[in-house]
Amino acid sequence: MLELDDVKTFYGSIMALKGVSLKIGEGEIITLIGANGAGKSTALMSICGIVPPRSGKILFRGRDISGRDPHGIVSLGISQVPEGRRIFPQLTVMENLDMGAFLRNDKGEIKKDMEHCFELFPILAQRRHQPGGTLSGGEQQMLAISRALMARPRLLLLDEPSLGLAPIFVRLIFKIIEKINREDGTTIFLVEQNAHLALQVAHRGYVMENGRIVLEGSAQSLLNNEDVKRAYLGI
Amino acid sequence: MDYFLELLIGGLTRGSIYALIALGYTMVYGIIELINFAHGEIYMIGAFTALIIASVLTMAGMSGLSVLILASVVAVIYASAYGFTVEKIAYKPLRQAQRLSPLISAIGMSIFLQNYVLIAQTSDFLPFPSLLPELPFMDAYAQFMGSSELIIVATTAVMTIILTLFIKFTKMGKAMRATAQDRNMAMLLGVNVNRVISNTFIIGSALAAVGGILIASHIGRINFYIGFIAGIKAFTAAVLGGIGSIPGAVLGGLILGWTESFATGYVSSDYEDVFAFALLVLILIFRPAGLLGKSTVQKV
Ligand SMILES: Nc1ncnc2c1ncn2[C@@H]1O[C@H](COP(=O)(O)OP(=O)(O)OP(=O)(O)O)[C@@H](O)[C@H]1O
Ligand SMILES: [Mg+2]
Repeated sequence: MLELDDVKTFYGSIMALKGVSLKIGEGEIITLIGANGAGKSTALMSICGIVPPRSGKILFRGRDISGRDPHGIVSLGISQVPEGRRIFPQLTVMENLDMGAFLRNDKGEIKKDMEHCFELFPILAQRRHQPGGTLSGGEQQMLAISRALMARPRLLLLDEPSLGLAPIFVRLIFKIIEKINREDGTTIFLVEQNAHLALQVAHRGYVMENGRIVLEGSAQSLLNNEDVKRAYLGI
Repeated sequence: MDYFLELLIGGLTRGSIYALIALGYTMVYGIIELINFAHGEIYMIGAFTALIIASVLTMAGMSGLSVLILASVVAVIYASAYGFTVEKIAYKPLRQAQRLSPLISAIGMSIFLQNYVLIAQTSDFLPFPSLLPELPFMDAYAQFMGSSELIIVATTAVMTIILTLFIKFTKMGKAMRATAQDRNMAMLLGVNVNRVISNTFIIGSALAAVGGILIASHIGRINFYIGFIAGIKAFTAAVLGGIGSIPGAVLGGLILGWTESFATGYVSSDYEDVFAFALLVLILIFRPAGLLGKSTVQKV
């Protein structure tokens, strides 16, 4: 479904991705783990065209999307829940969800999807007319995920959805990630620092260090890998 | 009392024009954080275009309301095209640059457009035909409010309401608000931010052109410099109300209009600018974000 081939991305003269290659198959949950500053968020922003790669290829369903405008990339079916949620603070919950469906025109279906989000996260239904900025961190994360789902993505990119959340919210959100994957067939690319959790839901994983992929394998093999255990699982 | 009413209406009229122009400043600032110094020139170009079209139509034997409507439509389209083009030429290439660069580019654009009209037209004041119709029912109130004043105030009110509804309820309006709050996130949701920015310039320019036609027709003369003065005043209004805020732009425009009107009426017309800018300084000291400015309302 998605393939990165020797992707190099720069901030000015600083190289943040130093030749990243990875593959995500249709229907998979793939995780990318790594320490602070490894380049995980940059990888997601490169895929979405916000920080386009300087060299290398990004193939989505066989087509090279590197160098396309972000709105063109989104329209192919890639949604992102970015780091820090990035809820529009002065738009209401419903308006935030409307923005998720920005590229769609099927009003009736959009309404159904919104109701579906409210079923997944009933708290959002209660808050529907409230400005996004007034929600709690956990509620904002639910809204950010719902907003991304409103686009009906084929590929959902999640950047540290567990960050700063209470364990109860984290479990809820991971349950829903698995559900989206199982029931809607949405492919998931999950960036996490919480490697233990991520490797429990993921099929396969990649480990990133310093802008490079240093390790890859099935979730099980990574969980048992001595280096991963030491560096990311704290065992 | 009659004198007071007259000043009140005069300030309301003046303030409406400031509001129409201030909306363009505030919308552009809200989206790209740029003070579009060339905005006043768009207002001036709107007025000049209306003058040229109205003259041609009058020579062709047309008269009355049809001249006003045709001239306004052409002027609004023409001024919008200018606003659109200014953004593409002078600001878009500098979007990644430091903040000072587009600001300098804006000042350059302002000077260029002024001098372009100066050369193409003349430095003298040109008479502007009174295109606004006389409303018979206003005769009874002629003492303190003329037809053209009523038309200016009503047009501003209608434009502001339409703009507010547009921003609140349409898809493009929501995209504009989203882009103003977090541009990259809007992009991640599929918003074509270049198009949003262009639309913002087009809408702001159209409003300024309407203001230009109204005031030129009311006062009866224009020259290449009217955009500079009105631009500074409207910018003051936008800052007064809280730059980035749409209701703030209208409120700021009206307060500024009244301040000037009362200062002229009760003190001296020499002091109208002194009062206007003193008010701005006071607001900036006690409410740096302006009356309805973002950092006070939007704090989360
Ligand atoms: N806008 C930027 N300008 C300059 N450098 C940046 C920018 N964003 C990130 N970087 C740098 O790029 C590198 C990778 O950052 P990135 O945000 O991708 O890391 P990350 O793996 O997501 O880290 P974290 O787990 O802390 O979110 C870091 O060294 C960071 O300092
Ligand atoms: Mg990150």
